[in-house]
Amino acid sequence: MNQWNNFSKGFFKENAVFTLLLGMCPTLGVTSSAINGLGMGLATAFVLTMSNIVIALIKDLIPDKVRIPSFIVVIATFVTIVEMLMQAYLPSLFESLGLFIPLIVVNCIVLGRAEAFASKNNAISSMLDGLGMGLGFAMALTILGTFREFLGSGKIFNMTIFPEDYGMLVFVLAPGAFIALGYLIAFINNMKKTA
Amino acid sequence: MEYVLIIISAIFVNNIVLNQFLGICPFLGVSKKISTAIGMTGAVTFVMVIATIVTYLIQKLVLDPFGIAYLQTISFILIIAALVQLVEIILKKVSPPLYQALGVFLPLITTNCAILGVAIMTIQKDFNLVEAVVFAASTAIGFGLALVTFAGIREQLDLMDIPKGMKGTPIALVVAGLLALAFMGFSGIV
Repeated sequence: MNQWNNFSKGFFKENAVFTLLLGMCPTLGVTSSAINGLGMGLATAFVLTMSNIVIALIKDLIPDKVRIPSFIVVIATFVTIVEMLMQAYLPSLFESLGLFIPLIVVNCIVLGRAEAFASKNNAISSMLDGLGMGLGFAMALTILGTFREFLGSGKIFNMTIFPEDYGMLVFVLAPGAFIALGYLIAFINNMKKTA
Repeated sequence: MEYVLIIISAIFVNNIVLNQFLGICPFLGVSKKISTAIGMTGAVTFVMVIATIVTYLIQKLVLDPFGIAYLQTISFILIIAALVQLVEIILKKVSPPLYQALGVFLPLITTNCAILGVAIMTIQKDFNLVEAVVFAASTAIGFGLALVTFAGIREQLDLMDIPKGMKGTPIALVVAGLLALAFMGFSGIV
C-alpha cells in the first residue's frame, strides 16, 4: 500500500507541473506538439528513475557536505546517456527538442527528488518515486502538448481533426504556451476544490 | 554592426524568457516585487557573463583538443556550480554591500537553466570570445527587462479584482503570455 502511494502520488496529488510548479522551462518550451511533450517527458522520467536508484544506493558513501555536487554528477551522467541514445536512434525528436535535452540536468524536479526523497529512502521506494514523478511529468507535458497542438494546428499526435486553416496559430507559438498552461492550472485548482 | 545585431536579437527578438523559455523558475518565483527582481537580474548578469567566458575557454582549450566534447553537459554544470560558490566567497570578502544585495539569489542561480542554456548556445552558434561576452551580457539584460516588467505588472495585479479560480499562478501565466505576445511584435526587426 505504502509502495503504491510512493508511485501514484506523482500523478495527481503531488504532480510536479500542476501543483508544485517545478520544471517549468521544458514544460513550456517543448510542448508545441503532443509527441514532443511525450518524448521530453519520457526522457526526463528515465533520468529521474535511474538517478533516484543510483543516489539511493550510494547515499551512505557520499559525505554530507558535497552531496549536491555529487547528485549533479550522477544526474548529468544519465542525461548524457539519454542525449547520446536519442541522437543515435531518434534523430528527428532530438532535433526538435534541441537544447532542452542537456537542460534536463538543471530540471528542478530531478534534483528536488534526489534531495527530498532518494537521499532518505531505499532503492526500491526511490525507483517507484522516480517512476511515478517522471510519468506524472510526462503525462502533464503530453496533456499540455495535446491541447496546444489541437488548438493551434487542429491535429492530435499528427492526426488531423480539423483543417489547419482554422487553427489559432498563437497556441503553437510562445505566448500560447503561457496562456494554455495558466488556464490548465486554473482548471485543475478548481477541480481539486470541488473534489 | 554584427554586435548590434547580436545585442538587439538577444534582448528583444529572441528574449531568453519570453521566447526561448529559459529561466522560467526565477521569472515566476522572484517576480512579486520590483526590488527583488532587480537584485536577481544583477546576480544573473554577473554569473552569466563569467560562466560563459569560463565554459567557452574550457570548451575550446580542453574539450575540443582532447576530443571529449560529449562531456560538455557534465563539465559545464560542474563549472557553473563551482563558479557560483566561488563568486559567493569572493563577493563576501571583497564587497560586503554587493554580497548583501545579491547573496540570497546566488545559490538559486546554479539551477537556473538560462545560465547553462546560454553557455551551450554560445558553443552551438560558433561565436568567438568577444561575441560570446556580448551575447551573454545582452541575454542577461533581456532577462532583466522581462523580469522587471513582469514584476511591475504583478505589483499592480495584487490590487485588481481577479476571478477566484485564476488567483496566483494561473493569472501570472496568462499575464506572461500577453507579455510574450507583446514581445512578438519585435520579431522581424533583425
